[in-house]
Amino acid sequence: MRAPVSWLREFVAIPADQDGRAIAEKLINAGLEVETVETLGAGVIGPLVVGHVVSIKELTEFKKPIRWCQVDVGTEHGGVRGVICGARNFAQGDLVVVALPGTELPGGFKIAQRETYGKLSDGMICSARELGLGDDHDGIMILGPGNTIGADAKPIVGVGEEILDIAVTPDRGYALSIRGLARELAIAYGVDFVDPGLELADLPAPSGSSAPVSCGSNDEQACGLFTLRTITGFNPSAQSPAWMQQRLVACGMRPVSLAVDVTNYVMLELGQPLHAFDVNKLQGSVRAGHVADGTVLETLDHVKRKLSSDDLVILDDRGPIGLAGTMGGFATEIDEQTTAIALEAAHFDDGFVARMARRHKLSSEASRRFERGVDRVLAPYASARAAALLLEFGGGDYVGMTAVEAPYVATHIELRASEPGDIAGMLIDQATVVDLLEAVGCDVEADADLLNVAVPSWRSDINDPANLVEEVIRLIGFDSVPSRLPTAAVGHGLTLSQRLRRRVGMALAARGGVEVLNYPFVGDSEFDALRVAPSDVRRSSIRLANPMNDEQPYFRASLLPGLISAAKRNISRGNEDLFIFELGSVVRSGLGKAVARPSVAHKPTVDEWTGLNAMLPTQSTSVAAVLVGQQSLQTWSDASRSFDWADAIEIAKVIAHTTGAELEVSRGSDDSFHPGRCAQLTINATAVGIAGELHPRVIEACGLPARTCAIELNFDALVSHSVSSRPAPAVSGQPVAKEDIALIVSDEVDTAAVTEAIIEGAGELLESVRLFDIYRGQQVPTGARSLAFALRFRAPDRTLEATEIAAARLCAIDLVVSRYGATLRGA
Amino acid sequence: MSGPNTSFDPKQVSALGAESVDAVVAEALTAIAGATNLTELKDVRLAHAGDRSPLALANREIGALPPAAKADAGKRMGIARGQIKDALDAREADLQALRDAQVLNEETVDVTLPVDRSPMGGRHPLTTLMERICDVFIAMGYDVAEGPEVEADWVNFDALNVPPDHPARTMQDTFYVESPDSGVVLRTQTSPIQIRAMLDRDVPIYVVAPGRVFRTDELDATHTPVFHQVEGLAVDEGLTMADLKGTLDHFAQEMFGAGIRTRLRPSYFPFTEPSAEIDLQCFVCRGESIGNSDKPCRTCGSEGWIEWGGCGMVNPRVLTAVGIDSSRYRGFAFGMGIERTLMFRNGVTDMRDMVEGDVRFTRAFGLES
Repeated sequence: MRAPVSWLREFVAIPADQDGRAIAEKLINAGLEVETVETLGAGVIGPLVVGHVVSIKELTEFKKPIRWCQVDVGTEHGGVRGVICGARNFAQGDLVVVALPGTELPGGFKIAQRETYGKLSDGMICSARELGLGDDHDGIMILGPGNTIGADAKPIVGVGEEILDIAVTPDRGYALSIRGLARELAIAYGVDFVDPGLELADLPAPSGSSAPVSCGSNDEQACGLFTLRTITGFNPSAQSPAWMQQRLVACGMRPVSLAVDVTNYVMLELGQPLHAFDVNKLQGSVRAGHVADGTVLETLDHVKRKLSSDDLVILDDRGPIGLAGTMGGFATEIDEQTTAIALEAAHFDDGFVARMARRHKLSSEASRRFERGVDRVLAPYASARAAALLLEFGGGDYVGMTAVEAPYVATHIELRASEPGDIAGMLIDQATVVDLLEAVGCDVEADADLLNVAVPSWRSDINDPANLVEEVIRLIGFDSVPSRLPTAAVGHGLTLSQRLRRRVGMALAARGGVEVLNYPFVGDSEFDALRVAPSDVRRSSIRLANPMNDEQPYFRASLLPGLISAAKRNISRGNEDLFIFELGSVVRSGLGKAVARPSVAHKPTVDEWTGLNAMLPTQSTSVAAVLVGQQSLQTWSDASRSFDWADAIEIAKVIAHTTGAELEVSRGSDDSFHPGRCAQLTINATAVGIAGELHPRVIEACGLPARTCAIELNFDALVSHSVSSRPAPAVSGQPVAKEDIALIVSDEVDTAAVTEAIIEGAGELLESVRLFDIYRGQQVPTGARSLAFALRFRAPDRTLEATEIAAARLCAIDLVVSRYGATLRGA
Repeated sequence: MSGPNTSFDPKQVSALGAESVDAVVAEALTAIAGATNLTELKDVRLAHAGDRSPLALANREIGALPPAAKADAGKRMGIARGQIKDALDAREADLQALRDAQVLNEETVDVTLPVDRSPMGGRHPLTTLMERICDVFIAMGYDVAEGPEVEADWVNFDALNVPPDHPARTMQDTFYVESPDSGVVLRTQTSPIQIRAMLDRDVPIYVVAPGRVFRTDELDATHTPVFHQVEGLAVDEGLTMADLKGTLDHFAQEMFGAGIRTRLRPSYFPFTEPSAEIDLQCFVCRGESIGNSDKPCRTCGSEGWIEWGGCGMVNPRVLTAVGIDSSRYRGFAFGMGIERTLMFRNGVTDMRDMVEGDVRFTRAFGLES
């Protein structure tokens, strides 16, 4: 809502020393967010006067037609001056705005006497754009006939006018009007307020020349008040006065015609949307009601709209002629031949208008107001004001008004007088509460400390005691509320999952990982690039109805597509060696069964709450990483090393170790991964993730460097396998005995299996086993390799005898030999 | 040797005489001083303090002295051996220092050589900032609450006093799942976590709820369709707006320094009544840049205050929707954008830096933002 300060001052006696910024401050403190304070024609400095065009001589010898005008700017400004002008929309005898030499226009444009088109131009005849007053008007500003030649033109054209631009919150429909804002300012400045919305404009008695158009409402719930005033003999070529046009422009509306301008002007002033019909295009009475689904209406914007039976429409005997409170119909619109006007002012239900505006994706100045609540009783007052303006500037006969109204009862709320103070946390006495509520427009009756509050008709947002409490505290000022720290209940600290998320993030970052937070939106092309099969569950993840990008309509079921995109972006910026990771949410199923919306009048039942949650997809947290390029760079001391599949598995183990879960690694398979370099990660035989080198075709399709590796783990599964309180180990102080063995084993046998056999064979004296070398070559048959293990033996209670160690070692070897056909190297 | 010698020969034990002891000591000290390295000193030690050194040999004769002379000779010998030992130790320390200075000098490396085999990692500053905020509230007794990102619109809107046709729904451009009528949305705010907290927990409730939220805004320098918020909720007997203000002031001070205040401006949120915008006193200029063109403040645009978030007293209708008796309990709630906080706190000028995952941006923050 844009509000010119001069218009506000018409309705409220704002102290003269208050400029736009000071007024804005008052409104902000009252909860009206003033976004900007703009001064019209802010760059205009110096003399700007009313000039009278005495004569015009057309100069035709130039590329474009030029006018050489004699303009009388008043004796005190030097009388008649010659001015060159390129515009053509004015005539001899018009009053115009002249910038005299010495004036500076917006943009630092200085006016001076100058030689141009062979004449000495002694000033400039101005357009609204040149004065910074608006930009859709190329022509010269022509002033009304009542202005004095030589007078200061600045206040006449609105130069210096301050405009407040206010972002009105959805609860404050009444503030979408000069009337509503003026009331707030009256409270803020503590001055009297005479409500213009409760004063009926003087209208002539109905002429009786014809009957006014009749009106009605077929749906009193949706339309409880409908009024129609009829004017005939209206001058269709009458223009709206300059001051009205200026205000409309200042408020961001385009002047159209007198009838349209007046409806807009009164809407801005009082908050009541109005609509003017051409009486001669109507058939029968005008009423609010409904039509059958599929009925078509062409609206003013030339769009043919298919109506729903839930739409609230305006009808005449032929059918729909408008979307109530949203937009009029094309067929009954007033035009330049209209001489008879039917002026509609009505109250429409906010929900109906909101649904209709949404259904037809049509938001208008009218619908914005109705959605937020229009004063229930304002219609006849606003239409009287509009009719008076139409008659004043367009002439004609006032034929009269027809109206229907359902009974209106004001909302009554009981409020304990102490409640505002209790909620603010300070003492607010009863008299203050009553005064403030009355200033808002409420009627308050006190029965001891119980207040019976009648809410004014323009405050449909006030329905609960809490709304009244807010009014009181906001008008006292939030600054008055003290600051005090409450004592919270005893807390429990982070949950296990929350704690482990932090730890995993720290552990990965400490190993060189860089956390990224990717958008969760993915599309089929990314699944294709990852070779995800058409039947894969990742493809059936949930789809957005209105994605940011039609190529990425799904919510992710895996973190890898986002990480791959981030990797590509980094590589394209020259960040070629990457270890990036993300801890984030993924969906693991589609939507469940839709359920009815529970009431908000009470707590949802267990079934309702379970149903709501069952409707949602399964969501959990994953942790994933992508490894690209070099793990360590070449330095003065070391050669570089590229990331490989082993780094991927190691990082997976770091993650698991950090969460306190023990991962088992086995050969895995996944369409996105290299078939020979992919590890399945399990805990207690439950698959929890995958790690390894991406499939060469995936790497190619994603445009990544060769050998790019990846890891993805179900973080929630890791958490569920975390041991929250683990038993302490027995750390023996006895000496350790070290033995190395080298076993030649077929390539078919996994190292993990050999290691397991060693552990099993060596028995409980074995403290640890670690592979430290793999050898292929002489003395090792093709298809096999020699695995060298370092074994450490220790007893909890004694120094081991050489014979015990030898026996344990032998048992370990024997088991590998018998189970896997291994041979001891060097035996 | 066994038993005291009763028939001693003074000649045989002349080595125990004061003069000869002094001579031996003097000789030893000369030799010690003359040792030029540790190897030489080792030989000197052997010769003058070893088992076969003159004093060691002489010492053996003490037993042969008459009892009257024993003490005297013993004392003399002790002093002499102590002198030599001290001199040896001192010389050894000197020579060792000398040797170290030489050898360790030869082993000197250029410690300014780069040791950057693996690049440093980093956590996303949005993550660490959220953790930091949570920690402030955990210290006050709050728990960290969470909820799903794909959420029922009943939880995201209805229960928060935003009925289906309410204009407030269009304040936040919502991502709908499957269709606008499916009843499932990507949560537009962290406030649905309030509803879950109140349904899942018993009063009194004190929770802080960080999370990722979604609105259909195009990505540009100041907007992103995916962003983060943190929300606080307290429901207890007797809570007031004063408690809300005190909590926000404490929060502001923990995050931005002692003495920093907050200011509330009336506003509208369907789920709070009264509702307010939270302004943070500028922690850089503390208001000194207002009207002071010599000292403009880039952080607050010389306004003195920074818009930080929204807050209010929980609307009794919200309490009703989750079955909390609003005649007995009251609540307050507040929330703010993490991206926005990081922007003004750390001087991030472009939203895209927080979204694109460029490792150079995140590495710069290390493990703490």
